[in-house]
Amino acid sequence: MSDPSVTVTVDGRDLEVPAGVSVLDACRVGGADIPTLCFGPTMTPANACRVCVVEVEGSRTLVPSCSRRVEEGMRIGTESDRVLHSRRLVMELLGSASELDRAGGDLPRWMELSGADPSRFGEAEPEKGRQPPSPGHGHESIPGRAATVFEPVKVEDELYVRDYSRCILCYRCVDACGVEHQNTFAIAVAGRGFDAHISTEFDVALPDSACVYCGNCVAVCPTGALVGKIEYDMREEGVWDETRQEVTRTVCSYCGVGCNLDLHVQEGRIVKVTSPHDHEVTQGNLCIKGRFGWSYVGSGQ
Amino acid sequence: MFGAGGGTSSYREMEETDLIILWGSNAREAHPIFFHHVLKGIHNGARLYVVDPRRTPSAQWADVWLGLDVGSDIALANAMGREIIVSDLHNKAFIDHATSGFEDYAAAVEGYTLARGETITGVPAEAIRELAHAYATAPTAQLCWTLGITEHHDAVDNVLSLVNLALLTGHVGRYGSGLVPIRGQNNVQGGGDMGALPNRLPGFQDVENPDLRAKFEDAWGVTIPPKRGLHISLMHEAMDEGRLRALYVVGENPLQSEADGEAMQRRLGGLDFMVVQDIFLTPTAELADVVLPAAGWAEVEGTVTSSERRVQRMRKAVQPPGEAMGDIEWLCMVARAMGHDWPTPTAEEAWDELRSLSPMHGGMSYARLEEMGGIQWPCPDESHPGTLFLHGRLWEEDTGPKAPLSVVEWTAPVDPLDDDYPIRLTTGRRLDSFNTGVQTGRYQSPRRIAGVLDLSPEDAESLGVGEGDMVQIVSRRGRVTAPIRLDRSLRPGLSFMAVHFPDDVDVNRLTIDAWDPKSGTAEFKATAVRIEPVPS
Repeated sequence: MSDPSVTVTVDGRDLEVPAGVSVLDACRVGGADIPTLCFGPTMTPANACRVCVVEVEGSRTLVPSCSRRVEEGMRIGTESDRVLHSRRLVMELLGSASELDRAGGDLPRWMELSGADPSRFGEAEPEKGRQPPSPGHGHESIPGRAATVFEPVKVEDELYVRDYSRCILCYRCVDACGVEHQNTFAIAVAGRGFDAHISTEFDVALPDSACVYCGNCVAVCPTGALVGKIEYDMREEGVWDETRQEVTRTVCSYCGVGCNLDLHVQEGRIVKVTSPHDHEVTQGNLCIKGRFGWSYVGSGQ
Repeated sequence: MFGAGGGTSSYREMEETDLIILWGSNAREAHPIFFHHVLKGIHNGARLYVVDPRRTPSAQWADVWLGLDVGSDIALANAMGREIIVSDLHNKAFIDHATSGFEDYAAAVEGYTLARGETITGVPAEAIRELAHAYATAPTAQLCWTLGITEHHDAVDNVLSLVNLALLTGHVGRYGSGLVPIRGQNNVQGGGDMGALPNRLPGFQDVENPDLRAKFEDAWGVTIPPKRGLHISLMHEAMDEGRLRALYVVGENPLQSEADGEAMQRRLGGLDFMVVQDIFLTPTAELADVVLPAAGWAEVEGTVTSSERRVQRMRKAVQPPGEAMGDIEWLCMVARAMGHDWPTPTAEEAWDELRSLSPMHGGMSYARLEEMGGIQWPCPDESHPGTLFLHGRLWEEDTGPKAPLSVVEWTAPVDPLDDDYPIRLTTGRRLDSFNTGVQTGRYQSPRRIAGVLDLSPEDAESLGVGEGDMVQIVSRRGRVTAPIRLDRSLRPGLSFMAVHFPDDVDVNRLTIDAWDPKSGTAEFKATAVRIEPVPS
């Protein structure tokens, strides 16, 4: 068991990394800037989005770095033309089908760096009159226009909003609701091909589904498809401004488990509550009370 | 346990243990993120046993659910203990090395045969046997409980009966095995740690020990009363007898949270003087002579302690409204008004004073709490990493004081079932709400189940009522009206009400304030009622 480390080469540089870490971790240790979308640090890689692909010498295809483990002597390339081309194309395809202007993290920067241009597949389809897809009933595409995953925004309660026009089917919400974290299994991917979409059982409205409103799906959504109602409303009104928000770490006021909360405060008002993904108590997860039950603060009563 | 009032284990142990028992705990709904760690354990191969009168969402994850009758916990634990002994599955080396009282314990549980266990608890003898054998033979096991164990007239004995099982099998004091009371409020543990108990100074130091008292008297420059104070049920008694005439209530809503609401109304109304310091004008505050508006969560700095003994910092994120101030400010202002020269410390200054007096908190500077994401006590000095699990000493050569096995006898709930009151009513929490609803009543939850009586379909049918029908629920102390909600997780003869909607359905008008003489906890969990249809 002594010295469980391996030597790999990243972009020509030799690195010693612990055995068993992912290629992604090794590349990041080596300073490589690799985009991720479907990968969540607290979750088993879903291998859905393919933006993190790299070259591994001896491998015919590009390798998703998030899920592949390092091996002794592995030679990894993160900046070859083939990698950059594949990465750019994936982001262009996702960006043409889904609205990514509210994606968090580094996605906007990565899209710019890679020169991704989603509009080259044509102007997005007009949205008017489109019905949400249902399993087995595809919609017709318009020649010359880029097909999209458009669905009307689902606002079914006061806690969170599902805006699936922004969904890239990364599976993070499904996995968080399922076996990775919450184990409620309220949502899954339904439909095939372009009509694949996130669905509750029998496509019922969320309040009628098995959902327990923990919002642990919201916590892992990388594109803003799942978002708190307050944040959604503020964005629609054009007043959501993260540069004017302060984040304060505290502990939930309810039961005795001791979940860490990050309170996002804008203009003296709590506008969002999250939990740190790197804290061992929650791994970013909360229950309905912790994530949404704080509106009594500042209720003026 | 064994001198320190805290759970022995860390949440991460749930993920790696071989067997988990949730006893009187519906953690899936009442402690959802704790249950995440249990779920990881299940996915890693741990077996889960749930002991609960209701087939709760937690029980639905169990390998075996033991649906015992309300208030029969000691009989179940003693029957398990006897079965472990007669099957020669007890850990004799550990018992000899680290415990005392085994002979008396073995003699006391001798009468709790599996058959008698079944008679008292309603759990089939074979299921009791299976749990006893599974627990005793598991390499590691965690025994967890919550208010289903403690909100009874014999709360402390209930806990001791579970501690006995851990001592009998050596399931305590090593990684993966432990005893875990999951706390119901974010600082129940911390309140006890800080000495908010009638018989303890901060750090669980005995107020009746002159040496310990002298240490605090030196630091504080005051004389501390040498005798323990009153716990809440004794306060009720003292109010009834006119010995307690004034009350200073901080962040509690006893008019609605305590059992037997009629009696509480009489007690609080009969006081000479009551101060209530709270974030809202609660029904209790409406009875007060003076209300001090308190700053609440997210408006003040401080610390809380979780169910794994982890002390964590609370931070201020927003300004308190109006004239509201933090509890430290109010307490110091009141002290100054009474003629004491108390400057108002910052939360960190108050904490550093605590660290100087409570050895178990000595190493927990604000800077370290921040850096380490909280620290689990005991943490005596600033080089100490905190403590993952307690009582490892029991496995060392020098065990220190032996851990006592306790003789505890089952007694029936104080409020008996009879022909006039044939249905057992128990109380608890639902997923999206909290206690008397002072905080959670203010957000719009799609999962809210308002004030209803949960009843088994069988009982509903025999009463001739259905979903949504209004009924009167009558106990020996009061009556309330509520609609029926059919709940297949209940067996015939058992009903359930949540405690969250006292303004609509005040369930504590029904509950009994019979209380445990050792802890002062009232028996919220076992009320005898009858159900009368309301003619529409």
